Amino acid sequence: MRELPVTLFELKDGEIATVHSFKGDMELQSRLVEMGILPGISIRRIKTAPMNGPIELKVRDYHVSLRQNDARNILIK
Amino acid sequence: MISSVQTSWAALVGNPNSGKTAIFNLLTGLNHKVSNYPGVTVEKKTGLARFAAGDQFNILDLPGTYSLTPESMDERIVTEQVLNWIHGHEPPDVIISVVDATNLSRNLYLTSQLADLGIPIVVALNMMDMVKQDLNINYEKLANDLDVAAIIPMSATEKWGQSELLESVKKSMNSNVVENPFPIFLNDDISNALKPLEEMLKTQFSYNNRLAKAQALRLITRKSTVEIYTEMSANGMIVDAAFKKSLQEKRVAAVDILENIGIKHRIMEATLRYEWLDSVLATGNINIESNLKEYNYSEKLDKLLTHKWVGPAIFVTILYFIFQSIFTWATVPMDWINSGVAWIGNQVLNLMSAGMLRDLLVEGIIAGVGSILIFLPQILILMFFMTLLEDTGYMARVAFMMDSFMKMIGLHGRSVLPLMSGYACAIPGIMSTRTIDSWKERLITILVLPLMSCSARLPVYTLMIGAFIPATHVFGFFNLQGLILVIMYFLGTVTAFVLAKVFSLFIKVEGKSSFVMELPPYRIPLWTSVFSQVLNRGKLFVVNAGKIILSISIVLWFLASYPKVDETNGNENPIRTSYAGKIGQAIEPIIKPLGFDWKLGIGLITSFAAREVLVSTMATIYNIESNLDNIVQLKDAMKSDKNPETGKPLYTPLVAISLMVFFVFAAQCMATFAIVRNETNSWKWPLFMIIYMNGLAFGASFIVYQGGLLLGYG
Repeated sequence: MRELPVTLFELKDGEIATVHSFKGDMELQSRLVEMGILPGISIRRIKTAPMNGPIELKVRDYHVSLRQNDARNILIK
Repeated sequence: MISSVQTSWAALVGNPNSGKTAIFNLLTGLNHKVSNYPGVTVEKKTGLARFAAGDQFNILDLPGTYSLTPESMDERIVTEQVLNWIHGHEPPDVIISVVDATNLSRNLYLTSQLADLGIPIVVALNMMDMVKQDLNINYEKLANDLDVAAIIPMSATEKWGQSELLESVKKSMNSNVVENPFPIFLNDDISNALKPLEEMLKTQFSYNNRLAKAQALRLITRKSTVEIYTEMSANGMIVDAAFKKSLQEKRVAAVDILENIGIKHRIMEATLRYEWLDSVLATGNINIESNLKEYNYSEKLDKLLTHKWVGPAIFVTILYFIFQSIFTWATVPMDWINSGVAWIGNQVLNLMSAGMLRDLLVEGIIAGVGSILIFLPQILILMFFMTLLEDTGYMARVAFMMDSFMKMIGLHGRSVLPLMSGYACAIPGIMSTRTIDSWKERLITILVLPLMSCSARLPVYTLMIGAFIPATHVFGFFNLQGLILVIMYFLGTVTAFVLAKVFSLFIKVEGKSSFVMELPPYRIPLWTSVFSQVLNRGKLFVVNAGKIILSISIVLWFLASYPKVDETNGNENPIRTSYAGKIGQAIEPIIKPLGFDWKLGIGLITSFAAREVLVSTMATIYNIESNLDNIVQLKDAMKSDKNPETGKPLYTPLVAISLMVFFVFAAQCMATFAIVRNETNSWKWPLFMIIYMNGLAFGASFIVYQGGLLLGYG
């Protein structure tokens, strides 16, 4: 059995998880929460962009992309 | 646009991709940009709309934003406007809050922030045609819960709901807003922490309770809000140094208190507001529960369009198709325009008696302006494709796919759209870099953007390719002319990438970068909107280029026609002895190593006003030289021109390539550098660009021409 992913970065394409919290003083969190990506919300990781680029997520009723480095700062459960 | 009588006005505010601009177009009938790319509306656009009764009101279309605490330049514009309004500077009579019905909770977040301002709000619940399930909204109850005047379901694409919207806007314009308490529950700890800031805002600006609470929350969320308050003096507001200092201190104190009780100030407002908003929607039994597992059509399309390998391949294919079609599709209308201009010139020759006025008309104006009109079909085709890519939502996917590569070369996924707009014109491209929130990446995008071959270079490439590159096929199906054109675009683009990397290593400015970008659903573009955008841009090209070209053509005609030589002395070229000829010959030694003679020298000088002027300049020169037997075809004239000393052709394919390479790199369009000055707020960067680009142009042309000579071409 593989260990449960702890950040969005480790979530696999196609998997669903719930946002738990943001790591530390992540500046991006203001933007994310304004767009409704806040603790308690469910997200599906859709895919990773070509050349190991940003990831695409589905959250609420829309699709949004995020860089992998920022995904490391989003803890999930 | 704004009439002298005090007209009432409405502001359109909404998220990116909420269809704000489509509603603006629907209400005003003016067709502006409708787009799927987040944050493309950067200009301030106003229009005039009409109520059913016939009376008019003004509408301002603001840039798309997710909240009233700004992150990017665009959003800052909205926050600044809002701050002006609440301080009594021409507030709108009503705010039309545009909401995407397929994405309710995130869109209503902004609406609920607007509801704190004390300005009447009408919600335009747009895109109802895209909603798949019954949302089950009791509009009156929801309007009441959100504290807005009305919620009007509508569809800007299917053109319904606008009369109800207008009616509601009119009713709200004459109504007063009752101050209700701040709707979101704040516990004692938070209330106490905010208190000092609130009190300060109340005494300084006489905010009411609700507005003071709301603005205090926004000050806590982001430092950028503080900056807007402290820079307010620029907006005609008087705030003294003591206020600025005190505001900063009170903010820091409040942030400290909150952090001590374990509340993150950056996410406090949004967390509380969404909790409240989600509960409002839940108690209204509104169906917003999104099904994360559902694969909608966009996602299905993206399986291919943003696929790891197929996606980039499709993108490159689309680009190649666009550039090939510029050459193949445009030839027919170009021939029409070409013969049309020649016909008009010859009509004037026949109808008017010989004299200075006729010479000016035929040699200067018709030859000069006509030589530019020929390129209009190509420019329209290029703009048509760019608009199409934007309005379908594909451009956002391009940014998504390219971010990794762009980041590697020191740019940003969002640099792709400005860079590609640069293929049309650098100026709108530079302006659209405002959506890049990191200053360093934005600056580098601006610095390399003019290397993308703009539509003004297209006339130069086309002339040179058409005259000197044979229309043969290579490897079976590549048209050699099209291939050379693609190579010129490629050269500029690759150089832009390399230099971006170099600049990113040497330019030290701070800037954090992220890539939080919405991928809007694919949409079939509104054809009326696409065509009107293309026509508008085409008109702009003709008018702007026309003005410059007309005046330069006239000045040039004088310089090239005088002093007049005795025409019986047939062996002397009249241009050579003219003022323009003398100027050209003066710079000839400098440009000779690049393969350019004095005639091209004149063209190079005039092309510093605008690149396409080179073509009209050459047209004017050759028409004067031809002594007016007929209006000459520039292409043929250049091809048959002989070097008077050697008798060999003056211009060879090698000269043509050297000239094209020069145009790929040279900093010529002065309007571009005026815009860069505006956007970077200093002359330092435009000067840097002029120096590096012209250095590059001279060096590259020198290598091409001298290298070509050594290899025996030319």
